[in-house]
Amino acid sequence: MKSVVHVIILTFLFFSTNATTIRVGNHQLFHTINSALLAASDRDTILVEKNVYFEKNIEITKQIILKGIDYPVLDGEHTYEIISIKADNVVVDGFKLQHSGVSSLVDIAGIKIYNKHNTQIINNILDDTFFGIYSQYGINCIIRNNSLNAHRTEEQQSGNGIHCWKSDSMQIIGNTISGHRDGIYFEFVTHSIIWRNYSFKNLRYGLHFMFSNDDAYVTNRFENNGSGVSVMYSHGVKMFNNYFKENWGDAAYGILLKEISDSYIQGNHFEKNTSGIYMEGAVRIDVTRNTFKNNGWALKIQASCMDIDLHENNFIGNTFDVGTNGSLVLNKFDKNFWDKYEGYDLNKDKIGDVPYRPVSMYSMIVEKYPSAMMLFRSFITSLMDKTEKVIPSLTPENLKDNSPLMKPLPL
Amino acid sequence: MITIDNISKQFGKLKALDGVSVMCDAAQSVALIGPNGSGKTTLIKCILGMVVPDSGNILFNEKNITNEWKYREQIGYMPQIGRYPDNMTIGQVIDMMKDIRYNNIAFDETLIEAFSLKNMYHKRMRTLSGGTRQKVSASLAFLFNPQVLILDEPTAGLDPVASEILKEKIIDEKKKGKLVLITSHILSELDDLITEVIYMQEGKLMFHKSLHQLHVDTGEIKLSKAIAKVMLNKVA
Amino acid sequence: MKKIIKYVITDILRNKIVLAYTIFLLAISFSVFSLEDNPTKGMLSLLNIILIVIPLISIIFSAIYIYNSAEFIELLVSQPLKRKSIWLSLFVGLSSSLSIAFLVGTALPVIIYAFSITGLVMIVIGLLLTIIFIAIAMLATLFTRDKAKGIGITILLWLYFSLLFDGLVLFLLFQFADYPVEKIMVVISAFNPIDLGRILILLKMDISALMGYTGAIFKNFFGTNLGLIISFIIMLLWIAIPVWLSVTKFHKKDL
Repeated sequence: MKSVVHVIILTFLFFSTNATTIRVGNHQLFHTINSALLAASDRDTILVEKNVYFEKNIEITKQIILKGIDYPVLDGEHTYEIISIKADNVVVDGFKLQHSGVSSLVDIAGIKIYNKHNTQIINNILDDTFFGIYSQYGINCIIRNNSLNAHRTEEQQSGNGIHCWKSDSMQIIGNTISGHRDGIYFEFVTHSIIWRNYSFKNLRYGLHFMFSNDDAYVTNRFENNGSGVSVMYSHGVKMFNNYFKENWGDAAYGILLKEISDSYIQGNHFEKNTSGIYMEGAVRIDVTRNTFKNNGWALKIQASCMDIDLHENNFIGNTFDVGTNGSLVLNKFDKNFWDKYEGYDLNKDKIGDVPYRPVSMYSMIVEKYPSAMMLFRSFITSLMDKTEKVIPSLTPENLKDNSPLMKPLPL
Repeated sequence: MITIDNISKQFGKLKALDGVSVMCDAAQSVALIGPNGSGKTTLIKCILGMVVPDSGNILFNEKNITNEWKYREQIGYMPQIGRYPDNMTIGQVIDMMKDIRYNNIAFDETLIEAFSLKNMYHKRMRTLSGGTRQKVSASLAFLFNPQVLILDEPTAGLDPVASEILKEKIIDEKKKGKLVLITSHILSELDDLITEVIYMQEGKLMFHKSLHQLHVDTGEIKLSKAIAKVMLNKVA
Repeated sequence: MKKIIKYVITDILRNKIVLAYTIFLLAISFSVFSLEDNPTKGMLSLLNIILIVIPLISIIFSAIYIYNSAEFIELLVSQPLKRKSIWLSLFVGLSSSLSIAFLVGTALPVIIYAFSITGLVMIVIGLLLTIIFIAIAMLATLFTRDKAKGIGITILLWLYFSLLFDGLVLFLLFQFADYPVEKIMVVISAFNPIDLGRILILLKMDISALMGYTGAIFKNFFGTNLGLIISFIIMLLWIAIPVWLSVTKFHKKDL
């Protein structure tokens, strides 16, 4: 008998925890998402029909799946945070969020994850939100296929697209981000991957990366961002197959590396950036099989860097190949292709017989006296460079590629 | 017609003209005589405005010529050494001059005919002999029927036939009441050309007399002898 | 005056050097564009030609022409012509014939291969530099009657504008590295038409960002319409002032 009671109780529990689907819409029982949320319990699915909802703040405290049909619009009326996720295992899928509040005190977002894990935010369109998707202490969350677009013009009044703070094991995949302050922002985020995102025309950085160790970003495109991509104070970062394009400006970089160690930059394309990679205090970085094309400076390596290993890269059409500010060189250049190489290959092993010096005298002068840029492409500077090639005096003696390739690598 | 009032000109240390004053009238034919470097050519160039005097005035028909250019329409100038653009032919030079000096006056082409320059119209200036150049210069000076003719060593380099033709032309023009200014070393050929003599030395005007007066003063008929006498007297 | 210009131009065009100059420019421009697969790189090579070769040829050719025309000038001066119009006719004649050579030799290939705003700016700057250096050459010839000396002076002037001036600027930069000299640099660039032209072209080539902070200052000045107008006025002054000086000097010259 006792066991029968047990079975009945268990059956009841099973039915009560079993997911139900609640619909929200004009012709449904629930007209608002908040009312549906009140009625819902964990593991329920709330389906939202197409409409414009003015719900003020939607606070999700139950482990539910919130799914939109044909992109229902959630409007924050320029005042509210639109969705706040305060439960684990929540899914937000298929909404159009617009007009979140803007504040200089609180980071108001389109969707914000508060200290929870296993959240999925997928297929949403965010338009004119302050911060887009915000994860604070999020763990193992997926942010996928969202499109975020903001229209701010001032950095101060603009938030980041995807903002992760003190999170772990995040997956940021296939999002499109533009018009924010930073496209993707990582601070104290570990073991995460950023894959196949497109971040363009953001006011500051396409990707801003700080104190975030052991992360990877792969096959992303960063174009036309105010200052390019910045990766700072981290170690164990893998940067593979990304495109860094057209980050032109006074202080714009393909990648700005600052205090980075034990990281990999491989198979990336740097095109038309003011500086392809700018390194400061970088240690033990492997830079391999990248293409540097039509940049102002392909590389700027400050003397504070060491053990940078540059090999098998293509340098094509850059104004300056390498710029540096000191004569101390603790980095290694080997087997790269330099289109400015004028050497020869007598033994036909496809490796030039004389070393290539990628630092020109004029680039040294410019590094020291930026105003000398006024003489850019003048007769005197090209004469100086020619002379320096014959009799090196100012350029660092051991900054050279001892085995430059005669033909570009197929990258 | 031309009044030169106390003009001076200095080239570096050399005083080319030193307080020269002269008056010339229409229908006169003036010989400008003096040793080499006495300032004859400089004086002529001053009248033509090619050299700007340091001080003094030049009046042409009672008008100051400083910064003027129109008065040169009244002047035909034959330089000592005629220099022309090397690449042009005689025909082109003459056409060009007609083109830039065109002023509704019938061209006086008697000298061009007389020197039979038309047969040589296709020749380039750089290929010409000094004599032919002089012929071109002379033709150009008379071409525009000017009121004043300034001839700097007109017969130098000309063969006797051409020289005669030129002299005839000068006498003709004088008869028409024009002012003719001639410099020459060959005094003998000036006898039948001139009515007045201006004698210059070291940039100074020594005297300006009519030929008749000179004859009276020196008792010589020949100009060359008269001048020689003057020079001797000066030295003495 | 029109007539004299006509004679000057026919005289220069009869001179085979201008024809050779045109063909030389054409050959360089076409080879630059057909050898480089990238038109931007071709433009950069052309930039060097415009900044170095064109001023050199303009200044030397004009000086030689003026010296060789001494007789012609003398002949004209004795005629009923204004000295001012004689001198200006020479200037206009030289300018138009060398400009035609430049337009055929360089502007034409640019229009065919790389027509853009940058290309247009390059053509305008090239034309201005041609005329500026003719004006400078004509002024220089009035300082000495000696042809060899005069040509020497013009070569020195070219060397000064294309090399020594920049050397001096570099030296000043090193000396005053600790001071904010960027704004002064904008002013200094006005004292060399080649530098001014180069900066104007480079700004249009969108390389300004390369120049960093300095570039920003240049862009803030030359990039604005006002700055552009001012710089073109300065370029025109580089023509007007030497021409005006040489006209006054020629007016008093003894021939």
